[in-house]
Amino acid sequence: MTGIMSSRTTVIIGVVGLIAVIGLTFVLEPFRNYQLATIAAYLCAVAGLTMLTGVNGQLSLGHAALMACGAYCYAFTANGLAEQEIEGPVLLIVPIIAAVVGATVLGLVIGLAAARLHGPYLAGVTLAFVIALPAVTSRFSDVFGGDQGLWITVERRPEFLAGRGGTEMFQAWVAIACAAVVVVLLRNLMRSNFGRQMRAVRDNEVAAALAGINVARTKVIAFTVSSAAAGIGGAVMAFMTQSASPGAFNLFISLFLLMAAVIGGIGTLYGALWGSILLVVLPDVIGSITRGLSLSPEVAQRLDGNLAVGLFGAVMVLVVIVAPFGIQGLVRKAGHQIRSRGSLQSAPHPK
Amino acid sequence: MELERFIFLTVDGLARGAVYAAFALSLVLIWRAARIVNFSQGAIAMAATYIAFVVTSMTGNYWLGLVAALLGGAAIGLIVERGVMRFVSPVNPLNSVIAALGVLLVIQAVVGMLFGNGYYPMAVPFSQEPLPWLAGLSISAYDLFVFVCVAFVVLGLAVLFGKTNVGLRMRAAAFSPELARLLGVRSTRMITLGWMLASAISGLAALLVIPTELGLNPHATDLVFVYAFTIAVVGGLDSAPGAVIGGLVVGVLLSWVSGYLGATLSPVAVLVLLLAVLLIKPGGIFSVTKERTA
Amino acid sequence: MSDLLTLSGVHAGYGPVTVLHDVDLTVPDRSITAVVGANGAGKTTLLRTIMGQVRPTAGSIRIGGIDLTTVKVEDMVRNGLALVPEGRGVITELTVDENLRLGGLWRRDTAEASRTLSEVYELFEPLQNRRKSAGHQLSGGERQMLAIGRALMAKPKLLLLDEPSLGLAPRITAQILQLLGRLRDERGLTVLLIEQNVRSALGIADHGVVLNLGRVVAARPAAELAADTDLRHTYLGF
Ligand SMILES: Nc1ncnc2c1ncn2[C@@H]1O[C@H](COP(=O)(O)OP(=O)(O)OP(=O)(O)O)[C@@H](O)[C@H]1O
Ligand SMILES: [Mg+2]
Repeated sequence: MTGIMSSRTTVIIGVVGLIAVIGLTFVLEPFRNYQLATIAAYLCAVAGLTMLTGVNGQLSLGHAALMACGAYCYAFTANGLAEQEIEGPVLLIVPIIAAVVGATVLGLVIGLAAARLHGPYLAGVTLAFVIALPAVTSRFSDVFGGDQGLWITVERRPEFLAGRGGTEMFQAWVAIACAAVVVVLLRNLMRSNFGRQMRAVRDNEVAAALAGINVARTKVIAFTVSSAAAGIGGAVMAFMTQSASPGAFNLFISLFLLMAAVIGGIGTLYGALWGSILLVVLPDVIGSITRGLSLSPEVAQRLDGNLAVGLFGAVMVLVVIVAPFGIQGLVRKAGHQIRSRGSLQSAPHPK
Repeated sequence: MELERFIFLTVDGLARGAVYAAFALSLVLIWRAARIVNFSQGAIAMAATYIAFVVTSMTGNYWLGLVAALLGGAAIGLIVERGVMRFVSPVNPLNSVIAALGVLLVIQAVVGMLFGNGYYPMAVPFSQEPLPWLAGLSISAYDLFVFVCVAFVVLGLAVLFGKTNVGLRMRAAAFSPELARLLGVRSTRMITLGWMLASAISGLAALLVIPTELGLNPHATDLVFVYAFTIAVVGGLDSAPGAVIGGLVVGVLLSWVSGYLGATLSPVAVLVLLLAVLLIKPGGIFSVTKERTA
Repeated sequence: MSDLLTLSGVHAGYGPVTVLHDVDLTVPDRSITAVVGANGAGKTTLLRTIMGQVRPTAGSIRIGGIDLTTVKVEDMVRNGLALVPEGRGVITELTVDENLRLGGLWRRDTAEASRTLSEVYELFEPLQNRRKSAGHQLSGGERQMLAIGRALMAKPKLLLLDEPSLGLAPRITAQILQLLGRLRDERGLTVLLIEQNVRSALGIADHGVVLNLGRVVAARPAAELAADTDLRHTYLGF
């Protein structure tokens, strides 16, 4: 009963939140809309990663490379379509689908290997994978455009939007739509029977196998689905930046995705949302604080970026040690406390 | 001509491989001491190299810098273990990986804030030109220096673990911390010691390899770490001899790949090698014990 | 005869589960005290509590005049306690020689320690020609000898053994128990012995303690206990 209730609440929260966010795009400045779109793009990848790591127990440091795969597939398809002078929704949707397909295939390949690896081994392989990415793009630079990457012809904002909001607003819509689709699909997957199987595999592979779960299959599917989500995230990034380059998807991005999932609360989609927001907002806040300090340009340049990275790292360590359920865990705890206090007041114990 | 190039690549690969082997040894040490794959090892080594760089720049003396790298590495290892890793619950092995990655971010950010993200060229104490009296082998004095340093590390570790009481205590604490404690071994202290030793060695390795590459930078050891991880896995995370042999083999392989197929391809070659070993012989080529899943 | 080890009012357990309830126990100096009881009675927990691996929630544990309840596990050996843990606690990755050396490592006097080493090899001759073998290559009996030998390396005042006979042939068990008797008589070793093998244990021991569901239900001279058929029927099932 409570399950259905809470499920209905989440749907309501989701729909209301979605409407609110889209409404927000009408009032935000273009730059804020761009940030919103970035949050949504990260959310796609972080949601996929949090499912893989938190629910299925596979730690991937390769999700930046999977995003890159999505971005490049998007770029190839979009540029190909543009050469044929195809425009309109096709120029937006087909490249995104291509990105999903590309990332899914690559994810399947890695996932097949990953299914046989454990903990740190998988982390190491996927780390090597993300480190090898620039090598591949510069080796086949006629295809991938080398370190510079590729410029992408993207679908412009529709005519009827002209006047009302900037390109950024359109970008935010596309990004939010993609994130919404990813989150809804992942949520259903995590709540399905397959979600239970993923958790069983995470908790104890031997026990899961004895219970009749196909462990390898579960791990491969989890990795593939998670890769597809990362691919969408990469596609959205490519669409927003109109480019795909290896530098945009380096090890740091992988670490940031993991960090977002961990700090937000690993294994929960709400956590992925908190983490993605933090990923975009925190550097911005730190940037405006340091700008306010009127530091020398050299010091400012050193602090720029590094301060946020260091803070992220420190918070990630702290979360692992003292608050393993992350922000979402704290939110939930606070919620419980408020609720239990409320019920105490409404029905005071005789004692 | 062909042969000359082959010899050059092989010797160069051995020299690099020796350094990677030392780095891989540091991973093996921590794995054996604490059952943790230390993903922050590269960052620790990088920071130690910055310490060496500062000391050498201030004193003009390379050797003081080398000592500083060793001591600095040990100190950072101490801080990381006592300050962070000790408090990470071992219940989920992913926790220690995530915590180590957090440490990596912190170290890279701190170094970036202190020194900026630019490249500093680093001086070496010996010439990198091939020695005339070893004509045809194209070994430089610096290569020899590297071999000597790594040999020193390997022998030192062999003596430490094979002959000394501290080494025996460290091994006991690594294999069976609770039992060792009952026998009077201060196991937690031994684990800390393992971290310090490993971090000092990785600092030395980074100090040896960074001058031969693009120079000192907060990310100077990212790729080296991946190589070392691969070597440690190839050799079997539990096996010190495996790390040494694996280091030399992988070093030569990488040198051939980058010499004959293109310099940019070595990370790809490493990825392929890593996957091949993990899928075909997950316990590592040289390890005798069963694969550990943690 | 004075008491070497004294437990009074000890409660201990794992998390919320209390296993030992109000345990009073004394181990007289230069004697063998056998603790017997059914599976799950709390015998292993008793030894773990004495060694500091499980901390008592109430009560005191003293050896000589020293309170052990705050002493760290790794310092127990420095207070004269040595444990042969349940299931032959040999470090299988180390060689026989290394296992033994490890037992005496805490001692400052290295000459003294190496003398003890040769004594232990004399005591357990089968270990002599296996010095360089790794622990996992030994037979069960050899492992038990190694574990006992390693405990003796520490020159303990009090030796605690947790089911040394587990899985061993009766003849070897008898030899081990005889050895304990000899060590008591010749060197004044005090022993706290846990045994499933009640008859032989009480045969060699001076005192017997029966533990049932975490409580001491009888503590008497061993011979008296062995003769008490009622008690045997009730708690020991034979
Ligand atoms: N680590 C632990 N955590 C929780 N409970 C435990 C733990 N170890 C033992 N117990 C419980 O404590 C009780 C006593 O266990 P203990 O091992 O002391 O028994 P024992 O007398 O040594 O039994 P046996 O003769 O089988 O060795 C048992 O009920 C056991 O289930
Ligand atoms: Mg027991």
